[in-house]
Amino acid sequence: MLSKKQIFSKGILAVAPHMFSVIPFGIVCGAIGIELGFSPILVYAMSIIIFGGASQIVFLQLLSGGASALIAVTSVGVINSRHLLYGAVLSEYLEKLSFIKKLLISYLVVDQGFAESNKFFQKNRNETHLHYHLLGSGGTLWVCWQISTLAGIILGSFVPEELGLKFAVPLTFIAIVVQDIKKLDHVIVMITCGLSSLLFFDAPFKSYIIISPIIALFVAALVLRLKK
Amino acid sequence: MTWLTIIIAGIITYFMRMTMVALVDRDLLGEKVKAVLAYVPSAVFPAIIFPGIFINDYGTFIEMNDPKIFGAIIAILVGYFSKNVIATIISGLFSYWIIIFLL
Repeated sequence: MLSKKQIFSKGILAVAPHMFSVIPFGIVCGAIGIELGFSPILVYAMSIIIFGGASQIVFLQLLSGGASALIAVTSVGVINSRHLLYGAVLSEYLEKLSFIKKLLISYLVVDQGFAESNKFFQKNRNETHLHYHLLGSGGTLWVCWQISTLAGIILGSFVPEELGLKFAVPLTFIAIVVQDIKKLDHVIVMITCGLSSLLFFDAPFKSYIIISPIIALFVAALVLRLKK
Repeated sequence: MTWLTIIIAGIITYFMRMTMVALVDRDLLGEKVKAVLAYVPSAVFPAIIFPGIFINDYGTFIEMNDPKIFGAIIAILVGYFSKNVIATIISGLFSYWIIIFLL
């Protein structure tokens, strides 16, 4: 049985490599907000209030481009709706927590933290303090996101654009799913999602980000039926 | 006004994170749904990966000889065999840089 501290540390270590994408992305996110003419306090407040990288950038771009508040809010909602899926997966492991703890820990659920903690949960179902892994992974991502967006707000986008560090974003998610490419059922689901995302890329409100997972999960249900 | 918009967007985002964890009883989900949920990472992350590789800043498809495709293939190979997240990301970035800076 691992101690709380051990599990917490494992959570931190599990997301540490993802800082290659999170930190440059945070810097860009802060810098874009200032470039688009928003006040520094407002740009930074988004990192606390919304705390969702891609959705923050889209939100600012829409508002500065003259879109209505309704469209901006809808886009954030659509982009972040994938967290419903993360929550559904994690709920199994967070069941025993008190209601208040569930409310608090939910705030820390983001892509990379969900992905790494979910892997840990699957392998260590019987540990008692499982949620400390999510606190470690989500907490680390939160702190780094705050520092990097602040850095971008204060210093501007000081990471040279020629480096193309945006490419670190797909790479970080490749690292997350790459071990599943040995399973045919997962490959089918991944390719369905990937091709759908290209097909629906121009759909309104960036909805490809939730349309493609829904299509892929339907395919997953079909695959499960065929396996039986 | 912008502040109000941000706060509403934040509340909506928080509800997306919190609803399934705190409000929905997991027993309501049938066994079939739970089995399908095991595919969530494979069903969600390619929607971030594919556009990140195949679509450029202007929203159009890249050429087939784009260095990002090469970088992604290297990252997949290194990631698969090393099982190491840092190695996956670094190898992908370096192979991408080698093409754009040296060739």
